[in-house]
Amino acid sequence: CEIKQLSDCLIRLLLDRRDGTRTSEALTPAAAARDEFQEELVIRPLHSGDIYASFQFRTLWDTDFLQEGQKVSHYRLFPKSLGQVLSKFSVRELHISFTQGFWRTMQWGQPFIPSPPGAELWVWFHDTVSDVDGNWKELTNVLSGIFCASLNFIDLTNTVQPSASFKPLGLGNATDHRFLRYATLPREIVCTENLTPWKKLLPCGSKAGLAVLLKSEKLFHSSFHSQAVHIRPVCQDEQCTSKAWELRQTLNVVFDLYTAGQGKKEWSLFKMFSRTLTEACPLATSSKVYVDITDNPELFELSPATPLLSQAVVLGDRRTYSVYDLSRAETFGQLRSLNLLLRWKGDGEMLRPLLHAERYVAGFGLQTGEIHTVIYNNHPYRAFPVLLMDSVPWYLQLYIHTLTVTSKSRDNKPSYIHYQPAKDRHRPHLLEMLIQLPPHSMTEVTVQFERALLKWTEYTPDPNHGFYVGSSVVSALVPSMVAMNTNFTQDQPLFSSFVPVKEESSYFVRVYTEPLLVNLPTPDFSMPYNVICLTCTVVAVGYGSFYNLLTRTFQVDEPSLPLAKRLANLIRRIRGVPLLT
Amino acid sequence: FLEFWFNYRHVANTLSVYRSVKRLGIPDSHIVLMLADDMACNYRNPKPATVFSHKNMELNVYGDDVEVDYRGYEVTVENFLRVLTGRLPPSTPRSKRLLSDDRSNILIYLTGHGGNGFLKFQDSEEISNMELADAFEQMWQKRRYNELLFIIDTCQGASMYERFYSPNLMALASSQVGEDSLSHQPDLAIGVHLMDKYTFYLLEFLEEVHPASQANMNDLFKVCPQSQCVSTPGHRTDLFQRNPGSVLITDFFGSVRKVEITKDTINLTSSLKPLIQRSGSGDMQIESLTYVDQLPVAEIIHQKPKQKDWHPPDGFILGLWTLILLVFFQTYGIKHLKHIF
Repeated sequence: CEIKQLSDCLIRLLLDRRDGTRTSEALTPAAAARDEFQEELVIRPLHSGDIYASFQFRTLWDTDFLQEGQKVSHYRLFPKSLGQVLSKFSVRELHISFTQGFWRTMQWGQPFIPSPPGAELWVWFHDTVSDVDGNWKELTNVLSGIFCASLNFIDLTNTVQPSASFKPLGLGNATDHRFLRYATLPREIVCTENLTPWKKLLPCGSKAGLAVLLKSEKLFHSSFHSQAVHIRPVCQDEQCTSKAWELRQTLNVVFDLYTAGQGKKEWSLFKMFSRTLTEACPLATSSKVYVDITDNPELFELSPATPLLSQAVVLGDRRTYSVYDLSRAETFGQLRSLNLLLRWKGDGEMLRPLLHAERYVAGFGLQTGEIHTVIYNNHPYRAFPVLLMDSVPWYLQLYIHTLTVTSKSRDNKPSYIHYQPAKDRHRPHLLEMLIQLPPHSMTEVTVQFERALLKWTEYTPDPNHGFYVGSSVVSALVPSMVAMNTNFTQDQPLFSSFVPVKEESSYFVRVYTEPLLVNLPTPDFSMPYNVICLTCTVVAVGYGSFYNLLTRTFQVDEPSLPLAKRLANLIRRIRGVPLLT
Repeated sequence: FLEFWFNYRHVANTLSVYRSVKRLGIPDSHIVLMLADDMACNYRNPKPATVFSHKNMELNVYGDDVEVDYRGYEVTVENFLRVLTGRLPPSTPRSKRLLSDDRSNILIYLTGHGGNGFLKFQDSEEISNMELADAFEQMWQKRRYNELLFIIDTCQGASMYERFYSPNLMALASSQVGEDSLSHQPDLAIGVHLMDKYTFYLLEFLEEVHPASQANMNDLFKVCPQSQCVSTPGHRTDLFQRNPGSVLITDFFGSVRKVEITKDTINLTSSLKPLIQRSGSGDMQIESLTYVDQLPVAEIIHQKPKQKDWHPPDGFILGLWTLILLVFFQTYGIKHLKHIF
């Protein structure tokens, strides 16, 4: 083993050591907890010629971090850095995402796992935590070190505590929203330095399995790139009598036809990722690639063909997928590498997504403005409720008495409103509303605001760029055209088992709007302005005092009478009697 | 920081030195990398996730495994000085700390826009040479370094090391006081200059250094003479106790770790067996756990409003009433009280 391949050697050594301890663990089943790892890639060709690839890596671990008296010290597939974070801060659920770009719902449909531009972090703490804010602050600092991101900018001025949105996605019964914290940093950039630690959390790293496709030069040359980590407790089995910890690492990327595809409507794994697949991750129990062929064969043709097909109901629609199982050697063919090729044949019409939201700032000038949030319900005959959550920073002072919600040009009163006003430099605004959307309609929510003047130390080094306002979150139970699957099975593909399904007739979806960029009245930090101000002040004070000294004359002034005597004088003047002094 | 695309070369400078240092053996846990602008994933970069140092785009100094510890708005004079002196808030993660002790050799590389006695941070603040000298003295007092090599690539860089007074410091600068440091070559595709001359030749020199190399500091002082650099690089060794000719470059730029290599091949075992169904413990009746309803409409609508605790009236209202009463009694005196009530 040469020095060049030293890192590969080390990985193999470590894998062998892990397997060795596994066999010894079988002798003492009570002490060890079982864990498994699954990976999958879903490729969905989009009608505009772009292509959407979604990676999901799931590690399931049958252990309880929060159990009293049992300190977890042996980590195998679950990354130790995250396990220690969970136990130290008594975290029940953690969801963090880093996104570059904005998901265009009208052109691309609904994503499997939505995320807003920038960084988003929401955490459910355990009810044993006494100081949630302290834990939250430390947790953001630790995560900023793990993911090389500036998450330490999350503090009380951009953290909110939603009262109805963001219910836990994992197991649990008590949902006291005092233990939930949500924050977003719309300005956060995602680059290779965030992808590197994310890849290091995977059991096989980026050396084997689907993660070899994750090359940063290709991934960031895309219209949309989002990487996320979701940790939650799930059912261990179908009876659901005990908990297991699930870590899902997801990476969604949309490659653009013109920038990455060079204008040709032909995609292959090599063109997208500059790599092909050669083997599955040896530590994975299942490693599969799904290609969405519901619109096949009219829209595109897929090679190499595979006999394995799978149907899944996801996002309210029944889709058919071609499955490539990487744990089987015949998937790789003669060349021992798998390179999927999709060639477009015709154009098709995309189904309009049922729920879509937009947001923009109206108004002019640097004093006032208006935020408009527009939510579209494209279902022809069904109405459904949506929960809109807005978190606006304190420097946009909202006037909630100007809040209007109109659907089809008529007033639409929300059935639930929760508003927490902002406190300057302490807390942002939080507005949550449950609105019933009429079928086939557009609902507009408007609220006026006034821009605050910040202290000069609070401006960023580039204040003329503007200040970001985080995306609004629209959560809804959208009526489904096809019956959703409410049973929990272990064999379900990962992309259809993310959100727990409670009833068959609707599916839960979360839509994020655009973040806003508003200009605040910015003082001129440039040197000439400051020099002019200073000079004029000195001149005014100096010359003014001098002028006063030379030209001021002093006169004796009559002391003014108190109010009672003045009123009395008024009456005496009317009577014609001499006045008081 | 979208406006400062022309500072691409500063990021390329820093990343080149970072790359050399990693190549020579220093791991990421021992490197604190601060990049004030995001160039690699900037929308103006025609090749995202890359930063090039040479105009033929041969060398992507950004690489595939970079770890930036401080980026964007976090790169401030305060954070820099806190990292040096170790006075960071207790919740700062390890990767953002300089965990050095009295046996560590530290290399500090700074680049950017500078002038006589200062270096600009983010175009809005400056660090002066006196502050830097005091920070190093604090480090010396706290025994945070054994020997320190300070390299600076800015205009009038030599002014930054003029004020040092702590022992065991060696400094290198790309230009003397009154001279400007020049950039190397522009790239027409990216549209800006890719690197500064001094760092370019420094990188060329370091590419020839390997972990077992015996090159010493005198070779480093000869990097980029005036014929190549146009400016005159300077150095300062009077505070350094050893003779620079006896100091190896790898003392600061590299580190040697003991690695045992095995020549045996290891066969990977086949993938894990499928999941074993865990049998329930018969005697206890455990109820099954459920997932929470994601949008419980009925529950939300009937959510009880939180009991608002009664707070005593706000200070302002109290103050206002006190003022009114005070004025009233002052004007009219207490004796009028019986007429009113």
